[in-house]
Amino acid sequence: MATFRQQLAKEPAIAAEGSGVQKTALAVKLQAENLNFYYGKFQALHGISLSIVTYKITAFIGPSGCGKSTFLRTMNRMNETVRNTRVEGKLLLDGQDLREMDVTFVRRRVGMVFQKSNPFPKTIFDNVAYGLRVNGVRSRPVIEAAVERSLRRAALWDEVKDKLRKPASALSGGQQQRLCIARALAVEPEVLLLDEPCSALDPIATLKIEELLFQIKDITTIVIVTHNMQQAARLADYTGFFLMGKLIEFDDTRKIFQNPSKKETEDYVTGRFG
Amino acid sequence: MATSFPVEPRVIVRSPRTFIERLRGGDQIALLTTLVCAVTIIVVVALIVVELWMNSQPAIKAFGWHFLTSSTWDPNAEKFGALPFIYGTCLTSALALLIAIPLGIAAAIFLAEMAPPQLSNLLTFLIELLAAVPSVIYGLLGIFVLVPLIRDCLVPVLVKFFGYLPIFQGDFYGVSFLSASLVLSVMVAPFIISVSREVLLAVPVEQREAALAVGATKWEATWQIVLPNASTGIIGSVFLALARALGETMAVTMVIGNTPKITASLFSPGYSIAAVIANEFAEASGRLYVSSLIFLGLVLFGLTIVINAVARILVLTTTQRSA
Amino acid sequence: MDLGVSRRRKIVNVVMLSLSGVCTALVMGVLFFILGYLFWHGAKSLNWNFLTQVPKPSGQTGGGVANAIAGSAKVLLLATCIGVPIGFLAGVYLAEYSGKTFAFTIRYVVDLLNGVPSIVIGIVAYALVVRPMGHYSALAGGVALGIMMIPIAVRTTEEFLRSVPNSMREGAMALGATRARTIFTVVAPAAISGLISGMMLNLARVAGETAPLLFTALGNMFWSRGWLQPIATLPVTIYNYAIAPEEDLHQQAWAAGFVLLFLVLGINVTARMIIARGSASARR
Repeated sequence: MATFRQQLAKEPAIAAEGSGVQKTALAVKLQAENLNFYYGKFQALHGISLSIVTYKITAFIGPSGCGKSTFLRTMNRMNETVRNTRVEGKLLLDGQDLREMDVTFVRRRVGMVFQKSNPFPKTIFDNVAYGLRVNGVRSRPVIEAAVERSLRRAALWDEVKDKLRKPASALSGGQQQRLCIARALAVEPEVLLLDEPCSALDPIATLKIEELLFQIKDITTIVIVTHNMQQAARLADYTGFFLMGKLIEFDDTRKIFQNPSKKETEDYVTGRFG
Repeated sequence: MATSFPVEPRVIVRSPRTFIERLRGGDQIALLTTLVCAVTIIVVVALIVVELWMNSQPAIKAFGWHFLTSSTWDPNAEKFGALPFIYGTCLTSALALLIAIPLGIAAAIFLAEMAPPQLSNLLTFLIELLAAVPSVIYGLLGIFVLVPLIRDCLVPVLVKFFGYLPIFQGDFYGVSFLSASLVLSVMVAPFIISVSREVLLAVPVEQREAALAVGATKWEATWQIVLPNASTGIIGSVFLALARALGETMAVTMVIGNTPKITASLFSPGYSIAAVIANEFAEASGRLYVSSLIFLGLVLFGLTIVINAVARILVLTTTQRSA
Repeated sequence: MDLGVSRRRKIVNVVMLSLSGVCTALVMGVLFFILGYLFWHGAKSLNWNFLTQVPKPSGQTGGGVANAIAGSAKVLLLATCIGVPIGFLAGVYLAEYSGKTFAFTIRYVVDLLNGVPSIVIGIVAYALVVRPMGHYSALAGGVALGIMMIPIAVRTTEEFLRSVPNSMREGAMALGATRARTIFTVVAPAAISGLISGMMLNLARVAGETAPLLFTALGNMFWSRGWLQPIATLPVTIYNYAIAPEEDLHQQAWAAGFVLLFLVLGINVTARMIIARGSASARR
């Protein structure tokens, strides 16, 4: 397994703050090759192939039940928590098949935020610190610094800095979701998967989350599933359109929305169905 | 959008878990430990069956199934027969149920159909407290309160109006089948009430409304529609109560008289399986004596298993149907 | 319209419904009577001596049940140490790990164990502990009561662990926690109020059990040392005093009964309040 230094060497150059230098390499972070997924006998995903680009936002859109969430969950192997499922095909993280890696290692590197916020019945601080503790970080000052950093990135620090020891359940829905994002960010994932993170939130809370996703794009690759096309158009660099378990089209967001190559895509983005 | 945050060195170790870390992560250990505990329970039950069976062997070899039909219980002559105890157990349980079932179902109807929710919840809470009272306390009250009460108030009435019946013949000294049955009925009533109440509440509101909408009175709706709907579950609760009654030891042994006797009279002292084991086990000497008592325990065990199994099936089907 | 029938039905309605109320009142009456009589009668003989002294030798009046109270505590402690861990971990297995068919088997066996009469458990504990050891002991009593605690521990654990929403498990596992870690650092703490109150109810039920102790722990007029001596327990003492000929011992039985009932019902009520408060805050 690569050491810390080797991993760093493989990463693309990161722009220094305010330098305006464009990022050079468009490296591929995650790659799916002909992925099939089965719930028992039912095939939910048919031959999905795509590449997730590092430090970009990729969105998956499509009508309900089209498989976009299912595919998202294969990327951090959360589908393995359900019985009787089967995956075929390749899923590469930085070129290595993530299905052959230790599963908790994968989940450390590929984080997830869920549709409905699911804070633990612990304090705000303990929620954010949970991932760190679980992954072996023991030093108190390190944890405290990491918690503050994550909460700042999730645009929640100012609102909770005085009540870190209060239970997370006391926060509003939007705040809880940002807490879940902070919790996921605390373990510094290389990829952050978000499964319709704003669908249960009001427009103002949604806006806050979209803003923070823009901010953290530079430290982690983002993949977001959304049923809200405008959200995808606002946020994403790349968009994939799913329909009935198949990836119909995957391209630059602008192209998907303004000049789609497939008819199904055009029908969907112009609102003819879904 | 410009980056707002400097990228600091990562704090998380990026290599996958070593073997030690995986061990400490605990998945294999946890799975193994919990599985072992689950299997232990199966082993314990198997042990119970094995111990009962093995230790009954001397008695089984000596008496065979004749044990269940013989009514001699003579430790000195080493002749043992289970019939008086089986009789006493069945008699007291049956009588207790006879009293507790109508009372219990009536109370359950009141709590499920009549009482406002707050009152119903409060009373149910209190009834569940009744179920939590230890058996020996019931026995205590049985000996010093119930038995004199029965002797002074109930028995004269029974003799006066029903004295011609064989069940109410003979002298009454206090400890008797009757006393034991009454104490038992008080003990099993809470089970019937709370399970029946739940089963009644599980009947969908639409059924009641349908009955009332065609002009039935509340009682008619309850008796003719709700109750039949819940009948399987209620019968299940009865079986549960029966299983409880069969195994009930302390309260029974304190008021039944502890005399092995088979007679129609309820006024007579008697004995039950659990009572004889409780009374005589500690002092039993001689392998055959002890083995016969354990054989009795095996019989009781078998009885309660069967009844409990029937009860679970009945209660499960009802609650599943409405789920 | 036939008014006669209608009036009869109305009367039947009122009569039957009132009857059901009467039956309920009867049952409630019994409860209040039990509690009331016991408290009145028992409290009369309750005094400090009673709670702190050991029984006097036969024939003398006075003395107390201090050794029985301590003995019960000791035996219950052992029972908890045996029954709760096995029951809890088996419940964890059922709720988090097991497949459907094996789970069904385990649940059936647990139900079976729950239905075994307590006196039969006493017999088995006698065969397993007393006979090989050659004498009665607190250990045997603890084993008997521990076995009795297992089924309820399993059921409570499984029920309350299952009540924790799956989203919580997913949240923890998505951060890289193993299943075991998730269970013990997220799921169990989320269910903690239910688990604790379940254990309390379990304890209260077993604390009142007499039959399994009759020929395992037996009894003791004095303080018992260690785990390998016969030991006095509150329920057995009540039983022995109640059937003894001396009137003084009857009074003591009442007082001891008061103590036992107070403790058992006290634990019961507390446990139910914890459950009630737990479910209220979960609904928030």
